[in-house]
Amino acid sequence: MPVQVRGEVLDVRRAGVYYVLSITAPGIPEQFRPGHFVTIGIGGEESGLILRRAFAIHQVQSRGVYGGTLDVVVGVQGKGTRWLSGRRRHDTLDIVGPLGKPFILPKEGVPCVLVGGGYGSAPLFMLAEQLRERGCRVDVVLGASTEEKLYGVLDIKRVSSMLTITTEDGSSGTKGRVTDVLPDIMERNNSAVVYACGPMGMLASVAAIAAEYRAYSQCSVEESMACGIGICMTCVLPVIGDDGITRMVRSCVEGPIFRGDLVRWDEIGTIPADALGAPALDLS
Amino acid sequence: MTRAMFGHGIGSAAPPVPNTDMSAALASLSMPSPVLTASGCAASGRELDQFFDITKIGAIVTKSVMLRPRSGRPTPRMCETPSGMLNSIGLQGPGIEEFIEVDLAWLEARGARTVVSIAGESVDEYGKVAQKLRTVGGADAIEVNISCPNVSDRNQVFACDPEMAANVIQTVRRQSDSQTPIFAKLSPDVTDIAEIARSVVRAGVDGLTVINTALGMVIDLETMRPALAGVTGGLSGPAIRPIALRCVWQIRQALPDIPILGVGGIRTGFDALQFILAGANAVSVGTMTFNDPSAPMRVHNELALALAERGFGSVSEAISYGHRGADIFETAGEGEIELE
Repeated sequence: MPVQVRGEVLDVRRAGVYYVLSITAPGIPEQFRPGHFVTIGIGGEESGLILRRAFAIHQVQSRGVYGGTLDVVVGVQGKGTRWLSGRRRHDTLDIVGPLGKPFILPKEGVPCVLVGGGYGSAPLFMLAEQLRERGCRVDVVLGASTEEKLYGVLDIKRVSSMLTITTEDGSSGTKGRVTDVLPDIMERNNSAVVYACGPMGMLASVAAIAAEYRAYSQCSVEESMACGIGICMTCVLPVIGDDGITRMVRSCVEGPIFRGDLVRWDEIGTIPADALGAPALDLS
Repeated sequence: MTRAMFGHGIGSAAPPVPNTDMSAALASLSMPSPVLTASGCAASGRELDQFFDITKIGAIVTKSVMLRPRSGRPTPRMCETPSGMLNSIGLQGPGIEEFIEVDLAWLEARGARTVVSIAGESVDEYGKVAQKLRTVGGADAIEVNISCPNVSDRNQVFACDPEMAANVIQTVRRQSDSQTPIFAKLSPDVTDIAEIARSVVRAGVDGLTVINTALGMVIDLETMRPALAGVTGGLSGPAIRPIALRCVWQIRQALPDIPILGVGGIRTGFDALQFILAGANAVSVGTMTFNDPSAPMRVHNELALALAERGFGSVSEAISYGHRGADIFETAGEGEIELE
């Protein structure tokens, strides 16, 4: 069950274009599973930025001199993330978590491939560790537009069986996108599960490739959300249920991890006509 | 179960408990607290119950429910604005039958007081939803959302027309148990909110929820198109607090005895106190629950302190206190009530 805690910033460090914040968050690391996220209040108690920002949990430590701590990777995109990147040691933050449904792990040691776009790699590190512990082969593909937008290349290398890098400008690794190299990797390693986190377009392509290779896919989506706990209904996307019916589901509580073959990627940002409760077709 | 309170000076330690009598009433609905959730900002209470005990606040006001399941509008549905946000959800919901089976049943089992918000696209739909609710009971009060600016047929905002608003209320009143209090939620997007208030009071409401969101919009400078898929959306949060407070004040002036549930950008106990002083019998914490999931409980605690600090022994003593005449002000100055 999620908790709301006052966290203390232990460290803020630059990593390429990103900032990594280490924060004490008693109660959250203890419940953490890879894929969970936290929300952080922005600007303090009088802030005019009233919406919390959501971040995938990157790393956790449940013991140590500070008790439970967690790391998040922040990409500066606007006022809220800029404020967060400017936090310093001993600043306090309002943290809620762990939130969302985590990645589902295979019971047996099957070959897996993890795909991260930009700082979408953040939740994949501890996932890779846990998959390795289960005896899974873990291939990792990290991609970004350019080298400085890759996150965690050296660290993830240590937990991956093989790491492949792609950049669109060719500044690091293979020139191109993650989806250019993914089919080869899956073919070669007989990958059974694909885990992905990154922009929606990338997730859609990865899910399609996984389906082509008859692999199971788990995609962590990025929808803008106001509350992160399931009460605002802003972060919905069309997902096919077990009963075959498409519903507009909340990515914060029913996700952010979805089976790639159940998300109607091309129809995100619309209400599919056959979705439950969709407006009746105007036949006039 | 671990529950942590955060922020606004309260911290994780238990707040000091003043002896303020926090009981409150909205028509025949008696509550241990004057702080409720707001419709659309609490779902049906289950998620918030992870952060505070929802039976300790006044009531859960559920998200507006319609007759049939409804998918709502496409995304983007939300946009942050200065001290607020715009939303254009389009009343996504399960429909009244699933709501009764799942949400209302859970709230009843949990022992929470429940104000069921209902919506409709026609007078007939409002009536049918009320009828379904009557057959199962379980609603401690009904809030009629006549002012949602998000329904697809923009010309049908009942709350903006005194006669149309009254029609809805008459129908809901007729279809509901006479013991169930009915509140009408008013829109601020009208020329004279007191006129709408008088009209729905004549039509038989037991109280008024003041206010719903104010219609607004934002244009995204990257796409150079409206930021919301629904083009316009409801503005909420502290940005609209002065508007909401003004509406409560005007309605209290016009209708001295009607129960008022004040809503609009309440973030702290001080904000809640302003609404009560302006004439609200109780308040809803809405959008700020997105900012702080413990907000309704925290506002309750802060309000208890704020009342005590000003010498009020109970919530009821403070209701409409802002409207008192100069003579009362002088009496109070003699040391009975400490004013800041």
